[in-house]
Amino acid sequence: MSDGMKLDVRLPIGGMFALIGAIITVYGLFSDPAIYERSLGINVNFWWGLVLFAFGAFMLIMAWRGAKKRP
Amino acid sequence: MHGIQLGHIDYVLLFIYFAFVLGIGFALKRYTKTSTDFFLSGRSIPAWITGLAFISANLGAQEVIGMGASGAKYGIMTSHFYWVGAIPAMVFVGVFMMPFYYGSKARSVPEYLKLRFDEKTRAFNAVSFAIMTVFSSGISMHVLAKLLEQILGFNYHLCIVVSAAIVLIYIFLGGLTSAIYNEVLQFFLIVLGFCPLVFLGLKSVGGWDGLVAKLNTVATSPTNPAGKAFAPGAWTESWAHMNSASANPMGVEWFGMVMGLGFVLSFGYWCTDFLVVQRAMAANSMSAARRTPLIAAFPKMLFPALVILPGMIAIALHQNGGSFLPTDAAGKVDYNMAVPAMLAKFLPPGLLGIGITALMASFMSGMAGNVTAFNTVWTYDLYQSYIKPGQSDRHYLRMGHIITVVGILLSIACAYVASAFNNIMDMLQLVFGFVNAPLFATFLLGMFWRRATGHGAFFGLLSGTLAAALHHGLTLPVGATMGIKGGWLCAGHVLHTYPVDMAQNFWAAIYAWSTCFIVTIVVSLITSKNKTDDELRGLVYSLTPRIKEHGLVWYKQPAVLGIIVLIAAIALNIIFW
Repeated sequence: MSDGMKLDVRLPIGGMFALIGAIITVYGLFSDPAIYERSLGINVNFWWGLVLFAFGAFMLIMAWRGAKKRP
Repeated sequence: MHGIQLGHIDYVLLFIYFAFVLGIGFALKRYTKTSTDFFLSGRSIPAWITGLAFISANLGAQEVIGMGASGAKYGIMTSHFYWVGAIPAMVFVGVFMMPFYYGSKARSVPEYLKLRFDEKTRAFNAVSFAIMTVFSSGISMHVLAKLLEQILGFNYHLCIVVSAAIVLIYIFLGGLTSAIYNEVLQFFLIVLGFCPLVFLGLKSVGGWDGLVAKLNTVATSPTNPAGKAFAPGAWTESWAHMNSASANPMGVEWFGMVMGLGFVLSFGYWCTDFLVVQRAMAANSMSAARRTPLIAAFPKMLFPALVILPGMIAIALHQNGGSFLPTDAAGKVDYNMAVPAMLAKFLPPGLLGIGITALMASFMSGMAGNVTAFNTVWTYDLYQSYIKPGQSDRHYLRMGHIITVVGILLSIACAYVASAFNNIMDMLQLVFGFVNAPLFATFLLGMFWRRATGHGAFFGLLSGTLAAALHHGLTLPVGATMGIKGGWLCAGHVLHTYPVDMAQNFWAAIYAWSTCFIVTIVVSLITSKNKTDDELRGLVYSLTPRIKEHGLVWYKQPAVLGIIVLIAAIALNIIFW
């Protein structure tokens, strides 16, 4: 096909998860600890936010490397 | 249930997701110039993307809500829908059937039928498939809107309009590529959105061992979802209680399950349904197309942990400490609320927003999958074939845009029909079941027996469909009244009574498949061949040169991947025996 892979799908995936990961992590830092009674006392927003952010960043790095490889 | 309150943070996350979904559509707009781009993604997509889209297009309304509900009702036996009812068929379509789908250059499954058999077989398949996809997409929309109304208090009509508009915009702009890209995004959202739920749920019941202990008391309690006591492991052992239908909550025995679900229904869906096959057809090479369902099989195998386990945890909590699940209007426990109730119980604002977004994403990917399959079959198999052949590519691309709008409008109409007349929907799904049950016999004979003829295929399909209807009309599940549940052909005495409607479905599929298989062979033998060997090259196994994949590293070879997938599936079955 003329355009090869077109838009690299890892770009929007990485962007979205990095963004929502960052938002949730920060929210986890500043939110009222009482809301974590539901989640068995664990600040899941903070920890899972970090995971989502790391996943998003990984996708972005892969997309970046992919873009460099292509002429 | 009325209880989920979304906070500002949850709405922010929801809107970010919608923004990215629409953004993908707008970004792909400039790459969508020909009808091939729009309907087939220009056959340009790498295997890992088509593989994840393959699984995500199937991840519709039934999956997240329905499998959670089944997890509560039947326990771990629900995993048969994955480890028996999906994986073997996915390996088969990748290793054995994809060479003919992809290699024939057919643009759709009905088009393959035309190349292999004849016009009438294709028309039969195209028309029934087109109607079915529109209804499925409408039902998806209706279920989503009803769910959001119920748990969040959203306005039903607003939900319909917004979800339809979003799906419309991104498909209209970017066609199949847009649908596939969004399916991949939705895949990750669902997986990453549900992981914390499963983790917290398991932790709260004391891990897997704690869950087993709690579910053992569910199994032995006469007040469990099945309403009678079973052996202790009935909710946590997938095979141990299948010797007789009365020993397990699902009410099926192993033979009916393996043949009906594992063979006929599963192969019929995964190997012939254009909704999923279309994703593989968009792959950028033959080997990528073959790897598509195999790559999809890996996450599919692990999905029970994401979608069934929350339902199992929900019933464990429900029966060991008070009513956790809400009741419906009739006062019965509403198992469809298992997953939403779990989200509300364990996730704080923030992750709750991601969980709800993931739920919406699953519905929208189901809808979008149906709409892209519908617009392709309409444009190529019905419009170009019977209404206006020989037009320019631009003309068909414009038709693709128009029919996408029409398809969405029809889906909305179907959603409202579904909300007004529940029985009509049940009846339609029943009829589609009759049409689908025999399909795999036609493809199996078409691809692996070159003597099969067009007349054979058509009359085989027709009689298989009739056999399914006849079986339904003559049998009835225990305790059901005659009518939509079956038995409408006999006055008073049904021929056979099944313990549950699922067993009835499995056996209907077995009869339909066998009838189609036999009739196709008999009619083919008494009619003359309608295609020469030359025309069948690339469409039938014995007339197609074997594919040589010397150049590929071992982990990219379909046969090797297929074996790894099968071994893993067998291992899972044994671990949770």
